[in-house]
Amino acid sequence: MAKDIGTSPDEVQFRFRDDEPVDHGTVTVDACCDQTNATAVRIEPGDDARLLLPFLDRLALVEVNFPSFGDGRGYSAARILREAGYTGELRAVGQVLIDQLSHMRRCGFDSFAPDKRLDEDDAARAFATWVNVYQRAADRRATIADKRHEA
Amino acid sequence: MYKYDQYDQAMVDARVEEFRDQARRRLEGKLTEDQFKPLRLMNGLYLQLHAYMLRVAIPYGTLNARQMEALADIAEKYDRGYGHFTTRQNIQYNWIKLEDAADILADLSKVEMHAIQTSGNCIRNISADHFAGAAADEVVDPRPYAELMRQWSSFHPEFTYLPRKFKIAVIGSETDRAAMRLHDIGIRIVKRDGEVGAQFYAGGGMGRTPMIAPLIRDFVPLDQLITYAEACLRVYNRYGRRDNKYKARIKILVHELGAAEYTRQVEEEFAHMLSVGVEPPLEELARIAAHFELPEPLRRPGPRAGTPLTPERIKNIGVPGQARDGGFEAWALNNTHPHRHPDYVSAVISLKPAGGIPGDATSEQMRVVAKLARHYSFDELRVMHTQNLLLPHVAIADLPALWQALDAAGLGSPNMDTIEDIIACPGLDYCSLANARSIPLAQRISERFAASGRTEVVGELKLKISGCINACGHHHAGHIGILGVDKKGKENFQLSLGGSEAEDVSLAKITGPGFDEDGVIAAVEKVTDVYLATRADGERFLDTYRRIGMEPFKEALYG
Ligand code: HEM
Ligand code: SF4
Repeated sequence: MAKDIGTSPDEVQFRFRDDEPVDHGTVTVDACCDQTNATAVRIEPGDDARLLLPFLDRLALVEVNFPSFGDGRGYSAARILREAGYTGELRAVGQVLIDQLSHMRRCGFDSFAPDKRLDEDDAARAFATWVNVYQRAADRRATIADKRHEA
Repeated sequence: MYKYDQYDQAMVDARVEEFRDQARRRLEGKLTEDQFKPLRLMNGLYLQLHAYMLRVAIPYGTLNARQMEALADIAEKYDRGYGHFTTRQNIQYNWIKLEDAADILADLSKVEMHAIQTSGNCIRNISADHFAGAAADEVVDPRPYAELMRQWSSFHPEFTYLPRKFKIAVIGSETDRAAMRLHDIGIRIVKRDGEVGAQFYAGGGMGRTPMIAPLIRDFVPLDQLITYAEACLRVYNRYGRRDNKYKARIKILVHELGAAEYTRQVEEEFAHMLSVGVEPPLEELARIAAHFELPEPLRRPGPRAGTPLTPERIKNIGVPGQARDGGFEAWALNNTHPHRHPDYVSAVISLKPAGGIPGDATSEQMRVVAKLARHYSFDELRVMHTQNLLLPHVAIADLPALWQALDAAGLGSPNMDTIEDIIACPGLDYCSLANARSIPLAQRISERFAASGRTEVVGELKLKISGCINACGHHHAGHIGILGVDKKGKENFQLSLGGSEAEDVSLAKITGPGFDEDGVIAAVEKVTDVYLATRADGERFLDTYRRIGMEPFKEALYG
């Protein structure tokens, strides 16, 4: 059994789900592929999220680590999982900052465990930044183009 | 021209508020400078040698008179009364205060403009052929596709923290007037058996490792355009190098994987993306395209498109016997481009007066140009990647009057694509990364050639100057390129020959050891001597170089 890593539910500052959070640590992508019973996994920037696709049914939590906020690979990892039908918790951890929240949400993240707690008011404003959106993404919101042509 | 609807306006307004909030949090100490930096960069705010610089987006280089006037007002209100037009069809202000930035963005939003993604590791403002919608040789107007991509790339949730900046150019002719293959992605809109689609090139760029983008797909159907671009970006976002910022551009990924392997990965991602459904409805493209319809008088061009103006034809323009300065004829010959309508031309407004700063325009000049656009060009203006402006649709009969007004404002130089039409980066006068001053060098060269009357004799010769290896001044793509280097604490200039950013794209080669400032000016003259002595009929400098090779030039320089 690989050593537990990852964040605990207490460290989660924002969560947009109603189910019970997973109460144990995550394993690495390698460990997840090797062992059959892991239900929580942690993706590092260099990991290929697609390696997890065969195991999506059994996963309840995927943490995507942002060791540095300027490394945007985690956004692609999140969307790839959602595009493949993953419905469990998708948690952004690490250097998760106010100005990244709205984009992360659009890429399919539904929980956030920033390594430094964020100001609640600033965060609320950030989540609400975009009343409308230009692109189709994992949040499946109707885009501006959809609205322009819906009638 | 494209016009915002309520949604576009709301997006830009939301961005202004978001930035105001970010600036507030920075001032309150909630954001460190490190955290704030990418945010201000994504709003076009750079820290330079002396002050902040603000880069304002001019999507695909198209704007109207009111927008140009707003740019003039900003230059006056917040800067020193001038602005600098850039090689990616944007405008930069060099003396901006951080405290004013949000107000400037708010002023811009009132005229449907913004500074979104003009900097930072994201998809930058999209550039296009400056003669789009007007050129006689155009197959398809590229701007609707560029606008579609502008919307797609604005605030893209997945591609805001790419390994490095990402520049896209779109053209719609065989002729390349946008340095398309020197972009991260270059797109040519083509027509095949009546069907319109897009050719994709990926992995071009300048900088310290210049590369010409290879073709990665010959035809992407229009209803898959965004999907294909999204696949290109995703592969880059996931696998572009992040360990070394000098190796982080997509050109390095494409080079290291090989074009075939990169393409294979894109195609795989593309097939997957098609099943996800990210493409906007095709009606959206039709909606956008309707904004770019030609003004009514230009719609029925008759049997033939325009051809280049000849001296004969220029003599007969306007009222017979009308007083006209000798300068008009040279200007009309050099600075006009054939239009799809035979009675019209596109008229280039040079921002390269001999001895001037390439690309600079004063507020006063911007207002003159705006007024002329209203009078003579259906309220439309363009910024060229050569750091000039142009009026896309001018009736040939109006040219004398237009020229007089331009000449009076110091905007009548007849030097498009000549050695005076120099592209130069900001260099040591503004930029903290510079090794050498590019602007004074450009000024001295243009002055020298103008004074000796050689400009006209030499004809088309594209000279490009960068103050350091970052190549903001496109020196790799110059018929003659000059690169500023540091030689034991002294400014030194490397000369290179044979580059081109056009459809005959090539990278320039270094001639040999560098020169000091006086030396490099003399070297440019020697190089043109060789050309003049050996050119065959109708050959441009570049053609002669390609025919005779580097040796004769080396001989003249170092022999
Ligand atoms: C503060 C200093 C700098 C100034 C004033 C500056 C200025 C410019 C300007 C005016 C352009 C045309 C930009 C546009 O309109 O979008 C440009 C493009 C470019 N800049 Fe800079 N730049 C600076 C720093 C850098 C740095 C740090 C790099 C690279 C490390 C760089 C590399 C380039 C390249 C490679 C291009 C165009 C060619 C390409 O896309 O490959 N510049 N720069
Ligand atoms: S080429 Fe170098 S000196 Fe010139 S603007 Fe770019 S970074 Fe500065």
